[in-house]
Amino acid sequence: MTLQFNDETFRGDYSYFNTEHAIKRLPFPFDRDEYMYSVNIEAHPGGPKGSPFEFRFDVDEHYVSEMKDRAITLDDDPLRCQSLPHMELAGWDLLEIIMVSKAEDYPNLFTLHRDGNRWHWINRPLGIEQRFTFLDPTTLPCGPMEYITRQTQGDFALLHERDGNLWMDAGMVTSQADWSLDFDIGMNFFEWHAPVPKAKQMGVFDKALKFLLAMQQGQSYRRLNWTMTVNPRLDTSPENYHKWGPEKRTITPENVGRKQHLRIELQSFWRLPRSNAIAFPIRCYLACLEDICTQPKWGRRLHRVLRDIDPTLAEYKGFAVNQDMIVNYLSQFDDGAPTSPGIFPDA
Amino acid sequence: MSKQMMLEVTEVEPLTPLVTRFRFEHPEKAPLPIFSGGAHVVVEMPDGEMLRRNAYSLISDPNDASGYEIAVRREETGRGGSRYMHSEVTPGTRMRISVPTNLFALDPRARKHVLIAGGIGITPFLSHLRQLDLLQQPFELHYAARSRDEAAGLKLLPKSARIHVQISDEGNRMDLGEILTGQPIGTHVYVCGPEGLISAVLDVAARHGWPKGALHSEAFASPPPGKPFTVTLAKSGRTIEVSASQSLLEALEAAKVEIDWSCRGGACGRCETKVAACDGQIEHNDHWLSRDERAEQKKIMPCMSRFTGAALVLDL
Repeated sequence: MTLQFNDETFRGDYSYFNTEHAIKRLPFPFDRDEYMYSVNIEAHPGGPKGSPFEFRFDVDEHYVSEMKDRAITLDDDPLRCQSLPHMELAGWDLLEIIMVSKAEDYPNLFTLHRDGNRWHWINRPLGIEQRFTFLDPTTLPCGPMEYITRQTQGDFALLHERDGNLWMDAGMVTSQADWSLDFDIGMNFFEWHAPVPKAKQMGVFDKALKFLLAMQQGQSYRRLNWTMTVNPRLDTSPENYHKWGPEKRTITPENVGRKQHLRIELQSFWRLPRSNAIAFPIRCYLACLEDICTQPKWGRRLHRVLRDIDPTLAEYKGFAVNQDMIVNYLSQFDDGAPTSPGIFPDA
Repeated sequence: MSKQMMLEVTEVEPLTPLVTRFRFEHPEKAPLPIFSGGAHVVVEMPDGEMLRRNAYSLISDPNDASGYEIAVRREETGRGGSRYMHSEVTPGTRMRISVPTNLFALDPRARKHVLIAGGIGITPFLSHLRQLDLLQQPFELHYAARSRDEAAGLKLLPKSARIHVQISDEGNRMDLGEILTGQPIGTHVYVCGPEGLISAVLDVAARHGWPKGALHSEAFASPPPGKPFTVTLAKSGRTIEVSASQSLLEALEAAKVEIDWSCRGGACGRCETKVAACDGQIEHNDHWLSRDERAEQKKIMPCMSRFTGAALVLDL
């Protein structure tokens, strides 16, 4: 299949859309009719052909437009991309793993020629061709992490391991669910997770950190997370809360199906070989309630999950203000029938 | 457990009468995963009835995917892993090797790196030196060995004014006070070698006011042999005998008890096991449990630790 890239926006007129193909391959984050935190980690990549789990770094119909949106956000606020001085090698690690993966997994879109440290990278969708010397930053237009993440969907955090903890010492963050790299940079695992309700008491973070520290190269993992966003906006940052926060008040019973989006994060974890750092890509998928409800199983399940969710989580995920309208809308898709286990839609 | 590769031994070179270098390559010459300075691999040795797994620091260039190299010191009084390497392994032998793991990485924030090695503890620094060369960061290396027979590093170290060697047989001693004073702010210290050297470095550093976060150590510990003992598994009620030349982890593995592990040297914490009952004394040989945890005797690290007494029941 040849991938067609949508011409769409994630701000202003919000012309973002999912084709039927994109809807069917969404990584729907609920494997049952209820939700509570869990360390829901599985090996990555690996999954049905055509699913977003098939390849290491999923490239989909939104790729080109997402990269344009990232460039706009970075023009406004360069601090969305930061790398502390000791993280440059981890940046090269990330560049290597992404270029190698994309060239292997999408040979029609990306090509990488390597002759020792002399590399030649071709990115056809974005019209980029670059010859550079691996590990020599003067041969790229910007640092290695910035260079490759301007060409890769999703946010990226690079975590440095020391003193039995992980430290967020570099990142590219322009499509985030209300957190700020500029605020979190230099923090450790427990510090940057401090705002998450309930999880600490449940011991989730101790377990998660132990898991991450034990992670070895060649073994990568993923988990799904989610939140709710009004309008298909990638940049829901604290820095721009004044732009998107008030939009929550624009939801009406008439427009909720189009305007209210489920925001799904496909998070993955990679031990980087050269730097021993950990890469944490957070890939965002947006789908409006109407899109979700084209799949009967998902409509039923989303209704039950959002109706019965712990109120603290509805507040934390930012949709408590519209919860009644959302649940009312979804109820028309829930006939009470049982749902099948797992996240994939019924055939 | 780690992901593993079946590799072929391509070179066996005695570096000294005590220490031998082994090189591993992929049988089809496929590139191996590159790694970071200070990483180790776990080598599997099918020693008769017993499957031994020993961790060894990689001494080759982290950026060289063509092969992995380790240096093994023959320990006459050990459990037998190093004797197996020295007597059974020849070019052409195929062995299972884990992917590299790093529990002793350089801190790239350091303005300068001071590396202190004792004896076979030189091994992780050999890959560190390559990484420092690549990153072009300032360093000095101090290497002490009892004798030239033990000083395997001599053959592998580059000539450099930043590398200082002390052979105690020849009357040269490492002066830790001298090394640990007058270093610029932002220097990190790394020590690998026998327990005595590590504690001496940490003591001297503490006395000179070094911040804890700037001190890094790795004991090149392998499980010590000891007296045989018996453990009971609470869930199945099985009893398992641990022989004198076996670690508790090896005995559990031989009895097909599933247990997670990584470094097999008491440093990573993966094999931590709850103790259901303990009538006797656990010999804690690991670097993972805190002093309080050791005293409580409610946890044990089976890769390193042993037991003497009437009964030890594990929550397995």
